[in-house]
Formats: sequence, C-alpha cells, structure tokens
Amino acid sequence: MQYLVSVIDDKSNPGSTDRQPAISAFNERLIAEGHWVFAGGLADTDAATVIDNRGEQAVFSDGPFVESKEYLAGVWVWEAPDLDVALKLATEASKVCDRKIEVRPFR
Amino acid sequence: MNRANVREAVSRAHHEEWARVVAALTRRFGDLDIAEEAAAEAFATAVERWPTDGVPPNPGAWLTTTANRKAIDRIRRENKRDDKHKEAQMVYDADPPEPVGAIDDDRLRLIFICCHPSLAMRTRVALTLRMVGGLTVPEIARAYLVAETAMERRITRAKTKIKAARIPYRVPSTEDLPARVSGVLTVLFLVFNEGYLATGPDTDPVRHDLTAEAIRLTRLIRALLPDDGEVAGLLALMLLIEARRPARVSGSGELVALDEQDRGAWDVALIAEGHRLVRERLAAAATGLAPGRYQILAAINAIHTSARDVRDTDWSQVLALYNQLARLDPSPVIALNRAIAVAELDGPEVALAAVNRLDGALADYHAYHATRADLLRRLGRSQQSRAAYDKAIELAGNTAETAYLTRRRDQLR
Repeated sequence: MQYLVSVIDDKSNPGSTDRQPAISAFNERLIAEGHWVFAGGLADTDAATVIDNRGEQAVFSDGPFVESKEYLAGVWVWEAPDLDVALKLATEASKVCDRKIEVRPFR
Repeated sequence: MNRANVREAVSRAHHEEWARVVAALTRRFGDLDIAEEAAAEAFATAVERWPTDGVPPNPGAWLTTTANRKAIDRIRRENKRDDKHKEAQMVYDADPPEPVGAIDDDRLRLIFICCHPSLAMRTRVALTLRMVGGLTVPEIARAYLVAETAMERRITRAKTKIKAARIPYRVPSTEDLPARVSGVLTVLFLVFNEGYLATGPDTDPVRHDLTAEAIRLTRLIRALLPDDGEVAGLLALMLLIEARRPARVSGSGELVALDEQDRGAWDVALIAEGHRLVRERLAAAATGLAPGRYQILAAINAIHTSARDVRDTDWSQVLALYNQLARLDPSPVIALNRAIAVAELDGPEVALAAVNRLDGALADYHAYHATRADLLRRLGRSQQSRAAYDKAIELAGNTAETAYLTRRRDQLR
C-alpha cells in the first residue's frame, strides 16, 4: 500500500529552516526499513504555473492553483502495510520536519 | 411460541450477538460494509422466520451462519457485475500481536477500528454505535439530532476511508494499547454524557437509551480487557452516575442537584457494583499502580454515593481526589469541579476566588456560570448571582438544567 505524505508549511508561522540534517537521517531510516519510494522538497509556490487546457486553448496562470496560508512544501511516497504504520511514521516526520503532515492513500 | 416471546428473543439476540456477528464477518470478508449489511439482513430474516420456525436453539450460531450466507450472496452478485474478483482490501490480521487480556476477541478489533484516531470524534461515536452497538442509522441520527441522510453519509464516508486508507482490523500492539484504549473510552464517555445531559430543546433531559448503551458497551470492553484499570474506572463512574438517575430529575422535569436528591431513590445494586469496582482499583493503586482520570472520577463518585446524607459527605477526601486529578489533568473544568469541594471545606468566598480565575477559559461553559451563581447566592450577592444565573440559563442546552437554574434564579431575594 502506498501513501502520499505531504509536508505542509504555514506562511504566517513557518517551521524552522534547520531541519535538513534530521530529514536526511529520517530518509535513511525510511530506506533501510523499506518504506521509502520517493521524496522531494518543493520550490516556493510562487514558482508554480497552472495550465488549463480544458477549453479551446491552453491558459497559463502564474502561481499555485489555490492561494492559501498553508501550502505544500514537500512530498514523500511511502510504502506501508497499513495506515497505522504510516501514521506512526508520519508522527515522527512531523517532528523531524517541524511541520504538519498529511497522509493520503493512493487508490 | 407467541409473538411477544419471539420479539423478545430477537431483541435479546440483537443485544448479545450483533457485535459478534459483525466482528466475525468483518474478519472473514475484510469489509465492514459487507459485514454490516449481512448482519442487518440476518436479523431481518430472524424477525421474519422465527415466529413461524421457532427460535433456534443457538441464536448466535444461526445468525452468524445466515449472515455469512447473505455476505457470500452479495459478493457473488458483485463479482458477476464486475468480472474481476475484487480482493477485499482490508488488512487481515495474519500475524496478530500477543493476545491482550484474557480474550482475544474479534469484537475488540471491531471496537478499535470504529474508534480509530484517524476518524473524526463524532464519526467514531456514530460508527461505534452502529457497528458495535447495533443501533440503526435513524436511531443514531435521532440521538444526535442530525438528519438521517447526513448520518448515513457520515457512516458511509467512514467505511470508505477505512477501506481506502487501509485502517487495519487488529488489536493495537502493547506499546500503542493504552493510548488506543483511552480513545475508545473517550468515545464511550461521550455517548454516556450525551445521554446523561441530553441537549436540545425538545429532547428528554436524560436519554436512558444512550446511557444504557454506553454502559453495555463499556461492560463489553471490560469483559474483553479485564485487567485495564481505566476501563474498570469508567464502568464504575458510569454506574455510579447512572445509579442516581431516578433522583436526578423531578416529576416536573427539573434537575435536582446532588445536595437535594432523595438518596433513597438511588439504585443500590448499581451503587454496590460501582463501589466493588472502585475497591478493586483502590487495591491495585495500593500496589503502586497510579490510577488514571476515570478511576479518580469514579472514586469521587463513590464518596458521594457512600454518604447517606449530603452532610455526611467526606469533602476533604473529595478535595484530595480532585487535587490528584488536577495534577493529572490541569484543565479548567477539573479546576471548576474542585472549587465546589473547596466551597464545602473553606467556604464560598475562597471557592469564588478560585472560580473567578477560570473566567478566560470557561466563559462559554454554562456550568461555570451556574457554579459562580450558586457561590454568589451563598455569599448573599444576589444581584451578581442573578446575572450569573442569566448567563448560565442562556448557555445551558439541557431542559431539566434550564428549569432548575430558572427556579434558583427566581428564588433569589
């Protein structure tokens, strides 16, 4: 079972910026325990572009699809046998990243 | 066999067997939705068949067999619909952790999945009442003053999440168990409290169906986890509160405060059972096991129910227990209740000073204003007392409580 694990930051109350060493160590563990599928930190939402090509022609818009105080700062994809395992890891991840974490199963 | 007897047999089987049937089917088919529907169909079949065929010698086995058959029928129908056999997605407990307590029971797995921390609290309550308690969706909707369709949606959404997110059907590991049991007890106490202090202008002040259901489910958990002190504590607490129910609302539908209750009307059997549990936990505490909040609350209630007359109440003991509780849970509500004991020991003036300090945290809590109103009344500060009663009445949601507060306010000189 795979889960999308989103790291959520808050523009008005951002998490601390010194987390990289702890995150790297946590990633090592995810790999060693067979949970790691993918991980990546994201650039600022200002760098996003939304493309809508449902109509006659493609429309590009500058910025994220939704403007909000809270935004996606990074993602993981984890392999875990069930939600309890994923939640336990996510509980640690939240401490490690000093940010909120959303766990969402893939279909 | 006459109709009334059959009806009674069905309702008894429903009480005793519903959770067992749903739990066994969930384990076998790995799907709460299939289990729930098949169990409901089996009971409907019993209602239909038992009056003519007679009540089977082992109703539980009959219901499980019938429900199994219904579930297989449904799976066959669905498999015909979409060719690919869809494997049940819920996680089977292939490698169960060490059995907990005396019994490793599927019903325990059922309780833990319904009270999973990833579900919203009100969803846990609804799911537990449906899957473990066997209440129908309309019954739960009525109990919580929610439209049936909304309640149905809430339960369906929960089942979908359990499946999609793969919430496991298992008893948590020893390491996680205390926190998860505590989550289950929160759900049950919430059900009990809604029954005990029902909200809503047109509801009965005490919803005996909900308090009884909460007690029944707590008894079940107690049977499944006999060594858990907090489970025993919560059961004792519920029993000792429930014991006072006959004296708690007057004939005219007004709440009767503890100090004015007819103690002769209290249920002695429930009190005896509650006291027995409290003694059991006191003995455990004597061996060095620190009691949790429910055990302490039960002990406080045991002191109240031990006093034949309100004047015999051992308030210093009550205060000592509240001090212990406040160390465990420094919440303003505990501090408020502690102040009531302080008033009895050190007088209303000292208690009022303690209560006033809680203003920031409890300004929207009716009991805060009711407590202040009573203390101000005892101090002869009628005008301030009246204002506090007004505020309490405005915030109270329970009809009996509103009636009581209104009378007390109108008696002020």
